[in-house]
Amino acid sequence: MKVAVTVNGVAYERDIEARLLLSDFLRGDLGLTGTHVGCEHGVCGACTILFDGEPARSCIMFAVQADGHQIQTVEGLASPDGALSPLQQAFHEKHALQCGFCTPGMLTTLTAFLKNVPAPTELQIREALSANLCRCTGYQHIVEAVIVASRTPLP
Amino acid sequence: MPAEHRYLSARVTRNEDARLLTGRARFVDDVQVPGMLHAAFVRSDYAHARIVSIDTSAARARAGVVAVYAAADLGEYLTPAPLLVPPPPIPDVVFHARTHLPLARDKVRYVGEPLAIVIAESRYIAEDAVRDVLVDLDPLDPVVDLEAAMADGAPRVHEDLESNAAAKVVQTKGNYEAARQQADLIVRRRFLYDRGASAAIENRAIVAQWDTGAEELTIWDTTQAPIPIRNGMAARLGLLESQVRVVAPFVGGGFGPKIMMFYPEELVIPWVAIRLGRAVKWTEDRRENFYATTQERGQVHEAEMALTREGRILGVRDHFLFDTGAYDPYGLTIPINTQCTLLGPYDIANYDSRFTAVFTNKPIVTPVRGAGRQHGVFVSERLLDLAAKELGIDRVEIRRRNLLGPDRFPHNHGIMFQDSAPLVYDSGNYLPTLERAVEMIGYEQLRGEQARMRAEGRHVGVGVVCYVEGTGIGPYEGARVTVEPSGVVRVATGVGTQGQGHYTVFAQIVAEVLGVDVTNVKVVTGDTREFQWGTGTFASRGAAVAGSACHAAALSVRGKILKLASQLLSVPEDGLELKDARVEVNGSPERGLTLAELAGRANPLRGAVRPGSEPGLESTAYFGPDRGSTASGVHAVMVEVDPETAMVDIKRYVVVHDCGTMINPLLVEGQIHGGVAHGIGNAFYEQLVYDDQGQLLNASLMDYLLPTATDVPPIETDHRETPSPFNPVGLKGVGEAGCIPSGAAFAQAVEDAIGNPAFEILQIPMSPDLLFDLMTEARRG
Repeated sequence: MKVAVTVNGVAYERDIEARLLLSDFLRGDLGLTGTHVGCEHGVCGACTILFDGEPARSCIMFAVQADGHQIQTVEGLASPDGALSPLQQAFHEKHALQCGFCTPGMLTTLTAFLKNVPAPTELQIREALSANLCRCTGYQHIVEAVIVASRTPLP
Repeated sequence: MPAEHRYLSARVTRNEDARLLTGRARFVDDVQVPGMLHAAFVRSDYAHARIVSIDTSAARARAGVVAVYAAADLGEYLTPAPLLVPPPPIPDVVFHARTHLPLARDKVRYVGEPLAIVIAESRYIAEDAVRDVLVDLDPLDPVVDLEAAMADGAPRVHEDLESNAAAKVVQTKGNYEAARQQADLIVRRRFLYDRGASAAIENRAIVAQWDTGAEELTIWDTTQAPIPIRNGMAARLGLLESQVRVVAPFVGGGFGPKIMMFYPEELVIPWVAIRLGRAVKWTEDRRENFYATTQERGQVHEAEMALTREGRILGVRDHFLFDTGAYDPYGLTIPINTQCTLLGPYDIANYDSRFTAVFTNKPIVTPVRGAGRQHGVFVSERLLDLAAKELGIDRVEIRRRNLLGPDRFPHNHGIMFQDSAPLVYDSGNYLPTLERAVEMIGYEQLRGEQARMRAEGRHVGVGVVCYVEGTGIGPYEGARVTVEPSGVVRVATGVGTQGQGHYTVFAQIVAEVLGVDVTNVKVVTGDTREFQWGTGTFASRGAAVAGSACHAAALSVRGKILKLASQLLSVPEDGLELKDARVEVNGSPERGLTLAELAGRANPLRGAVRPGSEPGLESTAYFGPDRGSTASGVHAVMVEVDPETAMVDIKRYVVVHDCGTMINPLLVEGQIHGGVAHGIGNAFYEQLVYDDQGQLLNASLMDYLLPTATDVPPIETDHRETPSPFNPVGLKGVGEAGCIPSGAAFAQAVEDAIGNPAFEILQIPMSPDLLFDLMTEARRG
């Protein structure tokens, strides 16, 4: 089947099998391997992308469902000149990543979250994060990074 | 070392972050090779069965399938995996090595054991073809429960053995029986700890590529030990070690199971790649991860502690069973860790510890973060709590009375540790750590307020437990430090990295010695082409052992830099200083040479490199400690328990930790936070539930619960630094510490919150169901 999709501002057209998962399409066909696959059943959140601006799990979507839609992946979060987004920069400063495997999904989820909730409370941050699993950090530094990147006053 | 550190012990942010934050970091599953094929495995649906037949003909006939192999197709390659860690030379140790084959032959011994591999043009086709393979298995009675496995007449996992005992080990010190006779109190209980998953968010993956022109095999592998994988695969495949390159690029969390060397998939895929002359990729899916990645933690203890009425420990006796799963390629590392860690920070003169390792029809057991240490801590801390109650002594006070004093180091326990060296604590200062944790949690104040809160219907409890962690064991690691002509310093070491921050902490050590900025030190790990001597990342040893090798190599390069600069500047070496990537003359900082200039001068195009010297500013050094260094700490928690639902609300979590000299407190805190989160998972949520047929009932992340951001409270940390005398920087490991004492801390706190003497927590995990049942039982009396 034909699929036409815009990823990080670049238009792609491909002829693919109907059963191809969106995560496999992004990683395998488009070579955008920043989106990671951790569970393939929509629980861990590592594969989260922004689908027309909203977080979505690319491992439980078919690529053909993305036909005509806009996708943003972790590769599209920094500025075109390479400068990290405020959230990416805060992750670096607060040591909010260790192995970094869950990080792309954390960043996409939280980028959308901060757009909707620019000055979140700690509890709101934790709830927003609670659908993404991280085995390394214990989440604490991630929460701190979101506070730094948000308009929430520092504690 | 300069008296004042610039880069060591600083809260430096990480060199590796930018690549990971932008999606550029390469993980194994990101590797794409032109013409690459994809693998999927046919696995056993039964825990224990005889293999009658495997018919692969329909799978082979499917369009897009390139090959299918079962055990019979492997020919002479079908030999068992090696025994990785032979048992330490403990007197009278009994050990039966039974390791797995690349693909099962004759019999399957756990659900998920690989029976055949399908190779196809895509993973989708390979998985289709897995369903085409007809497997006829004749089920046998499975061995699931640890104690039932040791009963007379139990079915046997390995029929050539007399029983399911894989090993029997006795270690004693002093004379426990005699100590027991002197005791005013004996507390005795049975303790259980169940299996959990390591659950790295990245599943395992392997890509193997045979370059027929160069006759070279490249293996990208999510391993914690790339060099041993290289050495072992070269030997098995009849290749020179130099013909095999193993790359462990960015690895998405290890936590132990990625140190398991020579998984069946690891053995088969390179063989297939050579045979077909094409690259082959296999990436584990999450379901396979639950069935086929190694697991840990099943133990049953019968333990007792003998004490005086003042609460002094006279001795401990602990007899336990350890579930090693279907095979035992990792030897006895875990139960020996348990045996040794039980002694904790305490002065225990008499100890009788014996265990039986037991084969079961469940996935292979190898270390998972903590690696048996939490069991020892759980048993000794729980026995101390029970003794304190019986004796009417405060829980913190009974610990104070038994801690080893600062004058007792090095402390030889007289038994043998997992590294085959005597269990000797290098250094420690335990009491101030305990007092600091007690102060931070506000122990005395909380105790005072408990009665008032109870009157208001609030069940608030506090737990304070101590632990030690044997870390940083040998045999050795190495590092090569090079000043490139650009002035950038490059460090290569052999350990694999799975998120610990090696690209930064090794850079800090080298930056400190050479006087360059941390961001100007480029570290490469986990590529045998870059560095080919070493063992791997396990036992909280990366920083302590490989870090010490980096330090030694950097010191050697520093010597070369000063020698060359001294010649060129005609100033004695002790009149020179390394600073800001330059060598300066003391007192005349305008006179000097940059490291870039010196690197160029050290590798001349004309002239001579004098006899006895070497070109370049480069050195390789190794560090091999005789034995590990022992970290320690105290966890203090405050919980509130809902007596109606048994739900536990973690109000506060305090960690005071001593891992010797800290290279980077920011990263140490990250390690502790992650460890505590893992410990919270183990304590309350994480349990691999097997039915009586050995079928795993919760093989998904929907059913196997990992802690989320709303389950892990903010963790308050403080550090104490008692340097290790066993390495030059004073380092001790910290990777596993966070998850070791959590179960014991929560058990104490929850008991305290409920406050019913009949309510005792003797097993981990303590799910709300279990707590509810225990509370109901205790209320009934």
